[in-house]
Amino acid sequence: MNTKIRVGWRASVGLTGDVLAALSVPLSFPLLIALYYGESPLPFVAAIAVSLALGAAFRSVQDPSVNLGPREAFLAVALIWFLVAAVGAIPFVVAGVGTVAHPVNAMFEAMSGLTTTGATVLRDFSLHAKSVMMWRQVIQWLGGLGILILATAVLSEIGVGGAQLMESESQTQDVNKLTPKISQTAQLIWGIYFGLTGLAIAVYFLLGLAVDPQMDLYNAVAHAFTSVATAGFSPEPLSVGAFHPLIQWAVVPFMVIGSTSFVLIYFAINGEPMRLLRNEEFHFYLGAMGTLASVVALGLFLDPSTTFGAEGTVRHAVFNVASIVTTTGYASTDYVQWAPAAKHMLFMGMFVGGMVGSTTCSIKSLRWLVALKSFRRNLYTAIHPESVRPVRISGKPIDEGAIRDIYAYLLLSIVIFFLLAIVIVVDAERGNATVTEFEALGAAATTFLNIGPAFGDAGPYGTFATFPLSTRAVMVVLMWIGRIEIIPVLVLFTKAFWTS
Amino acid sequence: MHVVVIGAGEVGTSIAASLASDHEVVVVDVDPDRAEQLKYELDVLTIAGDGTSSEIQSAAEVDRADMVIACTDDDQTNLVACGTAKTLGDGFTIARVKSTDFLRTWQGNEGAFGVDFMVCTDLLTAENIVRVIGLPAAVDVDPFAGGLVQMAEFEIAEGSPVAGQTVSEADRFESLTFVGLFRDGEMTIPRGDTDIAVGDRAVVIGSPESVQSFATDVAPETTPDRADEIVVVGGSEIGYQTARLLEERDFKPRLIERDADRARWLAENLPNTVVMEHDATDTEFLSREHVDEADIVVTALRSDEKNLLISVLAKRLGVDRVIAVVDSPDYVTVFEEIGIDIAINPRTVTAEEITRFTYESVAENIAVLENDQAEVLELELTEGCGLVGRPISEVVAESEARFVIGAITRDHRLVTPRGDTVLQAGDHVILLVESESVGEIASMA
Repeated sequence: MNTKIRVGWRASVGLTGDVLAALSVPLSFPLLIALYYGESPLPFVAAIAVSLALGAAFRSVQDPSVNLGPREAFLAVALIWFLVAAVGAIPFVVAGVGTVAHPVNAMFEAMSGLTTTGATVLRDFSLHAKSVMMWRQVIQWLGGLGILILATAVLSEIGVGGAQLMESESQTQDVNKLTPKISQTAQLIWGIYFGLTGLAIAVYFLLGLAVDPQMDLYNAVAHAFTSVATAGFSPEPLSVGAFHPLIQWAVVPFMVIGSTSFVLIYFAINGEPMRLLRNEEFHFYLGAMGTLASVVALGLFLDPSTTFGAEGTVRHAVFNVASIVTTTGYASTDYVQWAPAAKHMLFMGMFVGGMVGSTTCSIKSLRWLVALKSFRRNLYTAIHPESVRPVRISGKPIDEGAIRDIYAYLLLSIVIFFLLAIVIVVDAERGNATVTEFEALGAAATTFLNIGPAFGDAGPYGTFATFPLSTRAVMVVLMWIGRIEIIPVLVLFTKAFWTS
Repeated sequence: MHVVVIGAGEVGTSIAASLASDHEVVVVDVDPDRAEQLKYELDVLTIAGDGTSSEIQSAAEVDRADMVIACTDDDQTNLVACGTAKTLGDGFTIARVKSTDFLRTWQGNEGAFGVDFMVCTDLLTAENIVRVIGLPAAVDVDPFAGGLVQMAEFEIAEGSPVAGQTVSEADRFESLTFVGLFRDGEMTIPRGDTDIAVGDRAVVIGSPESVQSFATDVAPETTPDRADEIVVVGGSEIGYQTARLLEERDFKPRLIERDADRARWLAENLPNTVVMEHDATDTEFLSREHVDEADIVVTALRSDEKNLLISVLAKRLGVDRVIAVVDSPDYVTVFEEIGIDIAINPRTVTAEEITRFTYESVAENIAVLENDQAEVLELELTEGCGLVGRPISEVVAESEARFVIGAITRDHRLVTPRGDTVLQAGDHVILLVESESVGEIASMA
């Protein structure tokens, strides 16, 4: 065995080191919270120490002569998402309180956070220090920021996943036109993200002052972090359901904006709102959300066992559908109690996802739209075999290669989702847990597609701690794979990636 | 006028022939035999040599030329020839090009490449085809302002829905202006309450789309509507431009192209056209796709023989109207004798357009109506001329000339004239004027 490794892994590891060292900055935010509330700073001191040490170690292997090409970027993306979650798990283990003291659970919580999933293994929220609970929120906010950079700057360079779609839709051309340099483009996108987060803090806090004392500054910051990131953690065991209805309504637009293409938001802010308003993916995304919310509202209205009143019915339908479709994962009520029809609608909504180029997860509206249009084209060419019909999104033709990639991505996603569901059922039987098929499907979708809560015991007011430890370990891996669009992880397992 | 024609191909020869009687014409061609031959055919001076070289151009006395027409078969040669001519003298330069890219560049900055007027053969041919397709009821159609504006004259036939209406009832289109009405050979400038009678000839100026809509009102029987099937065979530049212009007029044509890559390109660039990738000489394919039921077939393949074959085939299958692009002028009559409805030769079209431009006139572009009773002029307004800076109603009230402003283009966009529209320097104004008043209008511009 003397095959030469052809990946400039030193560059990837070096970049990972940079990111790990930088992680010490956001880790100091919960540290300050801990000092403010007089809680133990140890969990964060330990994590900061590890992040700096690992960062330095990784940076020491950095080889400046190696360029960061596509392969190195794949490796770096996979490493960064995994190791940041691992370092992010340290505070939970060091704090040593409740279920998350166990390393696998801590890793689950941190990965669920970083991938903006929002599934939790906590059982009793009241056990935990305020600083630890804030760390969950911060890591989700970081995850949202990370995916924005990945989607708008990095993935477009290595031509993977959603970003490639943006390319075929000639949106990244526009991104590149925003500024000639990737770093500047990324800064513009961050600026919007920071601005939206600040706006959310202000809106939540002011509404809290007006109608609900429970929405204090701590909660306003905590929820602002996880709504724009479409992430879904909440320090409240009742999630957003703990707050006044007006606040629940106020959260909806932030989830929806977080799932809207940040590139198009940039244009909208800069006086070209028509580019957003005329975008077909935007129509599809809002249409899917609106349709599902109407059907769920109708279902709740006709179901005699739910008594929310008119406003409550509409609010719960809109809020929870928006939460699922944007892949946030908040809840305004325990929808596990709803009739099966409404629950299945929510399950369906898990597969939609928001727009490409946002913090959203799941399959994403653009892929569905392209697949549906391509299928409709196939129906036409079945009758007129000679006709040449490009698939168009917002009037722009989509490259045929991109369409094939989308079909492959859809198939791959659905196969992985089914495999995971089967693993959950089999593993539950082995571990003597009771998981129904629907609950297994829900849990598989919600973790792999990075949404958050599922159904049954793993519902919005429940916990994933009821699944066997081995299942949770598998879920950690799939949250990781799902968040970075499958390909960057799967290519690492090909021989060609390393040698040819 | 001293005119230098560069390129003695079909276009150049045809232009030289029509100018030779009234003007002093010098023809430059790279082929000595061709130059020699032309000397005996036409009463012109010929020079053999490279038309882009300043030496040859000096020999042709370009420095004192009033007009230089570069019409070889090669785009770059024509552009360079015009550029060279501009360094030697101040004659008006006309370049013939095939590429619409060059045309767009030139339209963005008129005067680019040292070209004062650019004629794009393929686009011009496509515009001709579309006019023939779209306005069979028109007596006369002329494009203005680079195709942004059309003037059309219609005869109001018995049973036309417009007969009996007043002008304001008939003129219900935003970007259309009703500029003239001829009754028993007498021109009147129409007012809103003027009645339109059978046998009148109405002159309208507006966007090509609005003229098309008006034609549907005037002659619903003969004017094709959106439901009409139009099939364009051949995705050449002419075929592409034809389909594109048809799309602009709300038609949904079908285009048949054999080459896969070209078909894909066409499909991407023509969202409202059904592009089919197949050999159009395959009759089984034609009947499967019901091309025989088409109302109009345009053949725009690159070879005359193929166009002839498809045209004959289409006629035999029972297509109503067949329009063929014919590359060789000699075949035009042959095509029409066999029964092809209209044969269009791109070179003839180009030569006519350039010749039309050489008429000495104040206007950039003119059309003469009804035995010279009136003219439609296109004027480019300069800073400080009598029309600039005042609302149209004021200009009309003060002037003794009888004229109607039909359309204005500003920065290549159509502006519909209203009484309060203020004209600006740089505007192109398309107006109908009584022949006696042409001089007066010209002095104002």
